[in-house]
Amino acid sequence: MLTQDLSGTKAAAATEPSLLFPYVLQLADTSLILAHRLSEWCGHGPILEQDLAMANIALDLLGEARSYYQYAAELEGQGRTEDDLAYLRSAVEYRNPLLVEQPNGDFAHTILRQFLFDNFHYHLLRKLKDGPDAQLAAIAEKSVKEAAYHLKWSSEWVIRLGDGTDESRKRLDKAIATLWRFAGELTTPTAAETALQEIGVLPDYATLLPEMQAHTEHVFAEANVPLPTAVFAQLGGKTGRHSEHLGYLLSELQYMQRTYPGLTW
Amino acid sequence: MNQSEWPLWEVFIRSKQGLDHKHVGSLHAADATMAVQNARDVYTRRLEGVSIWVVESKHIHASNPDDADAFFDPAADKVYRHPTFYEVPDSIKHM
Repeated sequence: MLTQDLSGTKAAAATEPSLLFPYVLQLADTSLILAHRLSEWCGHGPILEQDLAMANIALDLLGEARSYYQYAAELEGQGRTEDDLAYLRSAVEYRNPLLVEQPNGDFAHTILRQFLFDNFHYHLLRKLKDGPDAQLAAIAEKSVKEAAYHLKWSSEWVIRLGDGTDESRKRLDKAIATLWRFAGELTTPTAAETALQEIGVLPDYATLLPEMQAHTEHVFAEANVPLPTAVFAQLGGKTGRHSEHLGYLLSELQYMQRTYPGLTW
Repeated sequence: MNQSEWPLWEVFIRSKQGLDHKHVGSLHAADATMAVQNARDVYTRRLEGVSIWVVESKHIHASNPDDADAFFDPAADKVYRHPTFYEVPDSIKHM
């Protein structure tokens, strides 16, 4: 395998597993944790139609997470499987951004979390699908259609909650006050991401920002909600420094495999 | 977010092979855009369709079941209304 050849060719980068592994794991963790959060709504949605919508999105993300975990296991080449990676790592080993582990809160809170994630996720996948790593490109190609719908769904809901009743607006405002600080982490590259950006495997996140910003402005204008001006970004999740919420989430997510190791059904 | 405040919509789906939209059920939504999205989430999860129509249920006017005898029974013995008394030439296909 290549060792330290960061000299530049994209083909070389695509075959450098030790650089790619942590990033693919980060993508996998991100989709898995958000899928789990959305699955917590199952049976508790505000109406049947939205209960189903959230379960659908959770399943989309879970499918995407599986693809990433399988690829990560292959990149690592240590014999770990997708299940080992998902079920037998501790919270500090998880690489998801803080945003996706935040509790569901009320429906507005879940919607805003989803909107902030979808807006990044969709625009990232659009770049990844044309990226140099064939496997990542294939996963992105499949997932970008799902992400496009997720973004449509969460955008429509931000508009309805913002421009809905006094109550819905109040709840959306509260969600903005709580969650906005976590949006910045998505587009703030870690050292691992920067290394991949430098060799062209990942897009420079600065190139995603104009479209993300334009979409956010459009949605918030429709929703009649002033765009938050706070730019502070709470970082941590992508480097393993998580909020207390992730431990509780994982203890539920991993319960069966921890209690009955190797269990299958 | 009370379901009873949202109007009811009827959903019509056209399948990949189908030429027409078929009624598949109903759902609640605040407006037409949401109704189409909800229909996508509720009724096309298993590749059922390639096109969705929704119409607010209140815009559908139905025949009265009490009128069924007068409406439909008289057609029962009008067998001559079916075009089954013609000989179809062999050269005509797909009839």
